Amino acid sequence: MTHYQLNHLQELEAESIFVIREVASQFENPVILFSGGKDSILLTHLARKAFWPARIPFPLLHIDTGHNFPETIEFRDRLVAQLGVKLIVGSVEEAINRGVVQEEKGYNASRNYLQTAVLLEELEKGKFDAALGGGRRDEEKARAKERFFSHRDEFGQWDPKNQRPELWNLFNGRKHYGEHFRVFPISNWTELDVWTYLMLEGIELPSLYFVHERSCIVRDGVILAASPYLPLKPGERPKRMRVRFRTIGDMTCTGAIESDADTIEKIVAEIATTRIAERGGRADDHRSETAMEDRKKEGYF
Amino acid sequence: MMKQKEPPIQLYQGELLRFTTAGSVDDGKSTLIGRLLYDSKSIFEDQLDAIKTASQRRGEEGINLALLTDGLRAEREQGITIDVAYRYFATPKRKFIIADTPGHIQYTRNMVTGASTANVALILIDARKGIVEQTRRHAFIASLLQIPHLVICINKMDLVNYSHEVYAQIKSEFKHFSSKLDVKDVHFIPISALKGDNVVHRSKRMPWYEGPTLMYYLENVHIASDHNLIDCRFPVQYVIRPNTDAYHDYRGYAGRVAGGIFKKGDEVMLLPSGFTTRIARIDTADGEVPTAFPPMSVTILLEDDFDLSRGDMIVREHNTPAISQDIEAMICWFNPRPLQARGKYALMHTTQEVRCMVKEIRYKLDINTLHRNLEDKTIGMNDIARIRLRTTKPLFYDPYRQNRNTGSLILIDEHTHETVAAGMIIE
Repeated sequence: MTHYQLNHLQELEAESIFVIREVASQFENPVILFSGGKDSILLTHLARKAFWPARIPFPLLHIDTGHNFPETIEFRDRLVAQLGVKLIVGSVEEAINRGVVQEEKGYNASRNYLQTAVLLEELEKGKFDAALGGGRRDEEKARAKERFFSHRDEFGQWDPKNQRPELWNLFNGRKHYGEHFRVFPISNWTELDVWTYLMLEGIELPSLYFVHERSCIVRDGVILAASPYLPLKPGERPKRMRVRFRTIGDMTCTGAIESDADTIEKIVAEIATTRIAERGGRADDHRSETAMEDRKKEGYF
Repeated sequence: MMKQKEPPIQLYQGELLRFTTAGSVDDGKSTLIGRLLYDSKSIFEDQLDAIKTASQRRGEEGINLALLTDGLRAEREQGITIDVAYRYFATPKRKFIIADTPGHIQYTRNMVTGASTANVALILIDARKGIVEQTRRHAFIASLLQIPHLVICINKMDLVNYSHEVYAQIKSEFKHFSSKLDVKDVHFIPISALKGDNVVHRSKRMPWYEGPTLMYYLENVHIASDHNLIDCRFPVQYVIRPNTDAYHDYRGYAGRVAGGIFKKGDEVMLLPSGFTTRIARIDTADGEVPTAFPPMSVTILLEDDFDLSRGDMIVREHNTPAISQDIEAMICWFNPRPLQARGKYALMHTTQEVRCMVKEIRYKLDINTLHRNLEDKTIGMNDIARIRLRTTKPLFYDPYRQNRNTGSLILIDEHTHETVAAGMIIE
């Protein structure tokens, strides 16, 4: 390798920082969608780098389903305090109480789907014209076609057949009044890239990612955390298992894996050899072959 | 820029290589990508299970590797690919990003999009059919977009008995045709994506071929000089002013190096003002760096106080870009509404946004024959044309051949805000 050549993580970092700065330049009121998961932690970390030594010029927006792991919330509050940024919380619980959305019924009930309405409401309320998200193209088939700058109509909807072509480093953020953009600065990162980078940078992560003992139930091959939010089916009995989470979503639909990884180095080694896709543990994606595409069109993250 | 921490392990030492694939429905492009992912062990077990089930449901024999790359519902229903999809895989040597572009509908638009950032273009030829119209179009677009390296995969060798003659014939035909194009580095590989010959594993059935496998080529092709490291160009993207006690007088010009190598202490010239000063420091969030080169994102601090803003450019005094309001460019048109002669559009170039007027449509290019049509100047969807533009403010640019970052532009419809054209500056 010559002297004037970046390695792939350095190049991905440079690309993401460019995209984040482009958002600050082209939009009036951007916001970072923060879920507490590793991708939004990475995104926030890159945003810090993009504007250093100034503060991140955007607030963070967290859509709280009320079914989050307590570890996620603790982590979020600590990070926000460290960065000195503003945090906005959109509450699904509250939207249910107001009757804006209705809770799903049944054993596999999840508030995942309800997040979309609350997210769109918050974006409208805050008059945000760009929402930065930690979506990656390698996550899921429908995301493989997502743009860095993804245009949304006034209903927040994504039209995959009518996306703007995106060439070179030229990102077209023009829009009509009332429309907004979703921006995905880490589009080109894979799960392994994210973990390797987090390891090299020594970035702190929620404890859920590391192996711990917890009470779980196994449903349709997916290991779910036992919690008051997850009604048990007849015959289901929680058992103690040594698990960790590869993604962090709601307690009701985020699958755990059995693992020995208690350090980030071990996680990287595990990911490098693992044979199951990252979202393989997400019950929300298993609902149908095009579950993600359908949710995205409606305005999901 | 990221810190280099020890110990360096293979996981993050490799470079990033972006390549684009183009092909029609039947030449085996999806199968080839599936093969690269499958043989490099980049497909997960559950993904494999999902496509096994889907293959069976469609009544197909074995695993249809092509299903791996069909993303959207409409595509699976119709069995076609309608947009550029990005795929990722890595080997211990490099990380790869594939821009997978469809072969038919809106072909040119998608191919141009995928090609704009690619280091390598992978063109597939069906060995039974030889060079067809689409091969010519692919090669032309690769040359128009100045993809530095071209790999011609002569596929389906299994169906021509792995014949050396067939391969040699297609190779010489292609060379004859490509001599008219502006391509620098062309490589030929005989493969069978279906059987796996010369994709990842060397084929025993073509002992006459002594070159590398496709994977070996992708892992080793020299890409360090794909960036322009000669002509210093730094478009100012964003101005960082912390306004805090600790950084009271900090004024940093953030951006991505578009060309050349910048060093601390370098004498530089600022555009458009023409003032000269020196680089006081090159900052990143991880501390100062001694040099900045493409495609690094850094923050440059200058010795003297000048008021630069987004769209300005930092260059060297004796190596300045062209500065003009009159631009000649090849464009590829992306919109159903045709290009309006004397029409006004928004134009994005580096970090500048200006307005422009189409002064003249010089000719439309037939991308199959390379014939210049001087009569029919209706520029519609997927057409390629040479035009002359007048901008409201001067652009700081280089010919696209010299620098893809400072030589590229897009046109935007001022009413719909859609990106309607991609442009490569000629002069």
